[in-house]
This record gives sequence, C-alpha cells and structure tokens, in this order.
Amino acid sequence: MNENLHLWIIPLLPLAGATINGLLGKRFSRGLVATVALTFCGAAFAMALWVVTFSGVSLPHVDPSLTTWMRSGDFKVDYSFALDQLSVVMLMVVTGVGFLIHIYSVGYMWEEGGFYRFFSYLNLFMFFMLTLVLASNYLLMFIGWEGVGLASYLLIGFFFTRDSAAAAGKKAFIVNRIGDFGFLIALFLMIQHFGSLDFAKVFDAVKPYAAETSGAGFLTAIALLLMVGACGKSAQIPLYVWLPDAMEGPTPVSALIHAATMVTAGVYMVARSHVIFERAPSAMMVVAIIGTLTAFFAATIGIAQTDIKKVLAYSTVSQLGYMFMACGVGAFSAGIFHLMTHAFFKGLLFLAAGSVIHAVGGEQDMRKMGGLWKKIPWTWITMLIATCAIAGIPGLSGFFSKDEILWRAYQASWAYWIVGVVTAFMTSFYMFRLMFMTFAGEYRGAAGSSHGHEEHAGHGTHLGRDAAGEAPAPHAPAPHGHGHGGVHESPWVMLGPLVVLAVLSVVGGWVGIPGSLGGSNHFDKFLGPVFRSSTPAVNAEHAQAGEAVPPEQTTEGEEPKTGHSTEIMFTIISVVAGLLGLGLAWLLYSAKPDLPDRIADSLHALYTAVANKYWVDEMYATIFVKPLIGISTLVFWRGVDQTVIDGTLNGGAAGARELSDEVRHMQSGNLRSYAGWVAIGAACVLAYMVWVGTR
Amino acid sequence: MEEIPVSYYLVLSAILFACGVTGFLIKRNIITIFMSIELMLNGVNLSFVAFAARWHNLSGQVFVFFVMVVAAAEAAVGLAIIIAVFRTRETLNIDQVNLLKL
Repeated sequence: MNENLHLWIIPLLPLAGATINGLLGKRFSRGLVATVALTFCGAAFAMALWVVTFSGVSLPHVDPSLTTWMRSGDFKVDYSFALDQLSVVMLMVVTGVGFLIHIYSVGYMWEEGGFYRFFSYLNLFMFFMLTLVLASNYLLMFIGWEGVGLASYLLIGFFFTRDSAAAAGKKAFIVNRIGDFGFLIALFLMIQHFGSLDFAKVFDAVKPYAAETSGAGFLTAIALLLMVGACGKSAQIPLYVWLPDAMEGPTPVSALIHAATMVTAGVYMVARSHVIFERAPSAMMVVAIIGTLTAFFAATIGIAQTDIKKVLAYSTVSQLGYMFMACGVGAFSAGIFHLMTHAFFKGLLFLAAGSVIHAVGGEQDMRKMGGLWKKIPWTWITMLIATCAIAGIPGLSGFFSKDEILWRAYQASWAYWIVGVVTAFMTSFYMFRLMFMTFAGEYRGAAGSSHGHEEHAGHGTHLGRDAAGEAPAPHAPAPHGHGHGGVHESPWVMLGPLVVLAVLSVVGGWVGIPGSLGGSNHFDKFLGPVFRSSTPAVNAEHAQAGEAVPPEQTTEGEEPKTGHSTEIMFTIISVVAGLLGLGLAWLLYSAKPDLPDRIADSLHALYTAVANKYWVDEMYATIFVKPLIGISTLVFWRGVDQTVIDGTLNGGAAGARELSDEVRHMQSGNLRSYAGWVAIGAACVLAYMVWVGTR
Repeated sequence: MEEIPVSYYLVLSAILFACGVTGFLIKRNIITIFMSIELMLNGVNLSFVAFAARWHNLSGQVFVFFVMVVAAAEAAVGLAIIIAVFRTRETLNIDQVNLLKL
C-alpha cells in the first residue's frame, strides 16, 4: 500500500508561517503575528495528528518521491518523506510540544521587541525539525539537521544586542559544525559503500553484513562518525559545551530547541541508524560510555549552578546522556521512550522556569528567589510535577522511561547501571534543590522591582551587564514591563501549556509500563517493527526474541530469564536513589539552609571545580580556541591572507598600472604613429614567417 | 631567352612597398602620403603580376585590374578631399589637419 499522504505538507506549513511573518510581520500587529504563527504550527500539528490517527496508513510508509533532487550516475537523492513508528513518535513530540510552546511564547514574548522575528524563527525551526524527522534519506535529514542548527543559532542570539547572546549563538553554531563534519564524512562513506543515502536502501545493503565483532570495519567507522554528529547536536561529551551557553536565548527557545526537540535529534539519528550501530559493537560501546559519562558529568555540574536555567541546561545534557546510554546498550526504544517523556517534563520545566523568571522580573539567580510557591501556585504545582517526573518518582513519566533505561543498562553492564543510579540520585538532588531554592523559604529578592539583571538575564534587549550584582543601577528601564506589581502569576496563555505538559508528564509514561509492574510496555511494542526487523546475523536466533542486542543480553521479550522480581528490585533501588536525592535536598536547602555553605567551604577545591564547570570552557579556550585564533591570525590572516593573497592581487594591480603607464603612450591619437605600430607589427609577423620558412 | 627569376620582381616589389610605408610614415604633406599609398599598391601589384606570369595563372592579372580600378576611384575621391581640405584650412600639413571639425 503506497498511497500518497502528502507528508511534505507538514514541514511546509510552518515554513509558510515563517515566510509570512518574516517578510510581512514587521507591519503586522502582534496579535496577527501570533495568529499566523499559531495557525501554521497548529495546522502542522493537526495534519500530523490526522496522518497518525485517522488516515489509516500502514507503517512503515514511504510517500512517492516529490522530485529528484540530484542525480549522478547511479547515485540519486530524492525529495521524499517517509513515516514509520519512530518518526511517528518524533512527529507527535515535535508538533505537539512545539505547538504548546508556540502558545506559551505568545504570552512570554508579548512585551519583547522583535516579536515577529521570534515567531518567524520559531516556525522556521519547526520546518527544519519536521524535515529532519520525516526525511526518507540521510541527505534530506542532513538538511533538517543543519537547518535546526541555523534556527538554533538565530534564536540563541535573538537578543543580539547583548554580546554574550551573540557569542553563545556563534559558539553553538561552531561546536555543532564540528559534529556535522563527522556526520558528513559518515554520509560520504555511505555513498562510497552503498551508493545511496536512502534509509531503506542503505539498511538493506547493511543487513547482510555480520556484526563487526572482531576488529573494526567501515560500519564501525560510519557509526562512530554518526556518533560524532550526534555528540554535537545532542550536546554530549566532548561537544556539550554549547548547550549551557545556549540558555542566552529566550526561555521558550530553551524549552523547545534546547530541551524538547532539537537536542534529541542526535538520539533520533542514532536510533534511526540502529541497523548500522548494531553491527558495530565497539561503536555501540563508545555510544554507551559517552552517554553514561555525560549523564554523570553534567549532573555533577548541575548541582552547583545557581542560575535556574543553567541547572536545567546541565540537567538536559545529563538526560540526553541517559538516552545515549540506552542506545549504546541496544535499548533504542527505551532511549526514544525517554526522549518522549523528557520532551514533556523538561519542556515543562523550562516553561515553568520561564514563568518563574517572568514572575520575578527577569531574575534568574535562584539565590534571589525563594518562597514563591504562594505567589505563583500554578507554576509551582506544574513545576513540582515535572520535577517529580525527572526525579523518577513512581507513577510519573520519567520514572518509567528512566527505569527502563537503567534496567537495560544493567543487563549490558553493571558499571553503566551504577553510574546511572548515582546520576539519578544527583538528578533528584539538584532538581529538588532548584525547587527548594526557588519556591520554599522566604523571598530573597528585592521586592516588587525588576532590579538589575544579571548577565544572563533571560529577557530584555538592553545590555544588562553593567547592572549585574549589587550595582545600584537606576532601575533599568524594564523593557519587558515585568516590573509591574512585584511577583505575579503568569497569564493563562502561558499557564495553559504548563498544565497540558504537566498532564503529559504524568500520563506520558503510562504507555510504556514494563511487564514487571503489571503493564505491557505498549511503547516498546509500538516501536518494535522499527528496531526488531534488523537483528544482525550473529544473533539471529534472538531475532524473534526482542530488540537486537548482543547475544549474551536478554530483552524485554525474554522476561522469565531474569524474572520480574529482579527488575522490581532494581526499580526500588532507583526509586530509593531518587527519594534520597529529594531528602538530601530538603535537608540542605530547607531544613538547614546554612549547611550548603559549610559543605562548600569544607570541600572548597571540589566545590570550586564543580561551580566552575570543571573549567572545561577555559580548557577548550586554551587548547583549541586560542591556538586556533593565534594560528589564524599569524599564519592565515597576516601570512596567507595579507601577504600571499593580498600581495598577489595588489602586486598584480600595481604591476598592471605600471605597465599600462608605459604602454598607454602608444595610444597618442596620432594617426601616423598608429600606422607605424601596424608596420612594426607586420614586420614582426614577416620576420617570424621568414624565420619559420628558412628553418 | 633566359627568364628573369621571380625573386627579382619580389625584391623590387618589397623595395617599392617599403618606400611607400616609409613615405607614409615620415612625410607630412597629404599629397605625398597619398602618393606613398599609391606606391604601396603598385608594389603589391608588381608581385601579383610576377606570380601570375610565373605560374601562368591569369587570376593575378585580373586582381591587378581590380586594384587599379579601386586605386583610380580612391585617387579621384582622395584628391577631391585634399582640395576641399586645402580650401578650408589653407594647409596640407597633416599634423594641422587632425580635427574633423573646423
């Protein structure tokens, strides 16, 4: 069955919105801009919903190719879109969460300058993200991949008058470029080996290969290079540094791009390429190790951050690490499951954080918050739900997805599991630390004023840096009008999405309740056709058993082998870890608020290292950035550019002028001198002919 | 009867042509320049007829007729122009006749 669903319309709708707002939005009223943006984004969501639920399409489905994009010999790339269970999940997450965040942004950005620009970028992002998700070949996916990077750059640097925002945008773009380089090389390798970039063709070509268990072959190379790309896009070690800086963007952007959708593109890409990864065990191990390390490492940094958005940023990096851990141990559906639940609760966390920031007038430092729960109850409740979800409190979405990842990680190696559980503990700790610092205790901020923002102040197009700290800045002209009337709850246009996402954060996990807890893991079964059809030849006997994993590991489908009781025991352990984190956070930040400082003092060196993010940025600056700038300045700018290139061109120009200064005397306007030149020329030709003739 | 070698004619032709070129380049008087042009044409004519005789081919001769006709026409027009120029400017020095407009 190959009916035409016209999937291409889905990404095109937001593009239309972006075009309209981008070209004409300057003359529109804010209401009209918001209407256009929401209409097109909502239309994409509606169409996605229709395709998934009512069209009766049989998955996997490939739309007829729109047109051939490029052709070279046997190699051919089409504009064509496809849909399978994996893309369905991504499609719903992207359009659904994206639409909610669009609604939220209307309220959040209402007072900001560049309203139309913001929504144009946001719609543009949706276009590229949907292209990425729906593409039926790697090259089209790469377009979306690059496009979301562009949208991310534009939106991080949205407050472009602030130097730090512009720099953060550039940093994100450049770091992503490093990853994209790996991705590109992987694509070239695929073209070389398979002569195609079409998902179906590549995977069909890969399937006959056995897993590269002994030594690494080209499949391992491709997988590792794809992972480099995923590391850049999904902020994994060593390329994670851009994501925390990306918090310079408006908060809805952080929610949409840097938590819910774009940063998960790397996970999606790895899961999409699972056929290749499954045949490269060493690459899988690299993925798992990178994921585990990132999860742990970012969580430790998150503990000591004081900026509410930075905590969430490191939390995102850490959670993405979980997803890669899942992919690395072959539990792709668990990774995608966590991707989905993470999109709900982390999107919610960011939006709620935005609501908090909105409430306290642009303040992002948690040390200047506190006691907010009475003043902004809706924000508090929704954020509490999201925090419980990410901390793995039983019954909420994050509990099921994280638990499944940890369980599958344990089956691969106990080391992953231990680090995972410790990370879960830290996750719970820093998230509840955030909650206690923000909502509990007494309000520590200056009452009822939007006093000087810190450098990272999320809003405001003014350069707020001079107003940082205690500087008695004369009440920076609140550009967003948040200074009115002290701490206040956000309007309903912002709270509505919070509530919807809170509901999703609760129920989102119920689709994947594992067998050990009386569920049947519908989610895993739903994704089954994508991930199970491709088991490598080595463990073909396991092919029907469940997901493709190295032979010694078991799968969800072979439950009796380890038994439910073991799995429940592990579940309990991770829940206890989460509750311990909650308890410790309560102890330190609510019961005995002076304790954290004392601990920080006694562990001074460690605390400083963590608070300064292990100086990774500084290290990169010393090792890569400064030498690069130095070499570029000395060799490429002063050396090659100024001396060789400018020298050649300027020298050529000067030489031409000198020469023509001499030669122009020939053109005197005197007719007889022209005749003389003609005669001389003729004489030369004659002489030459005579010389040739007599030779 | 011994034939004169064609190279003699060619050398003479070249000398005549070179005289014409030299005159054209160094003389100032328009009449002289005009005559130099005629000299060049006739130098070329000489080589035409020399080759025509050598190869017993009449096209060279025919060509010379054409050249002569053109030269005659040119002489008629050229002399008329020279007279007109002299009437207006009262000089035949070519260096002073370097503008079309008066």
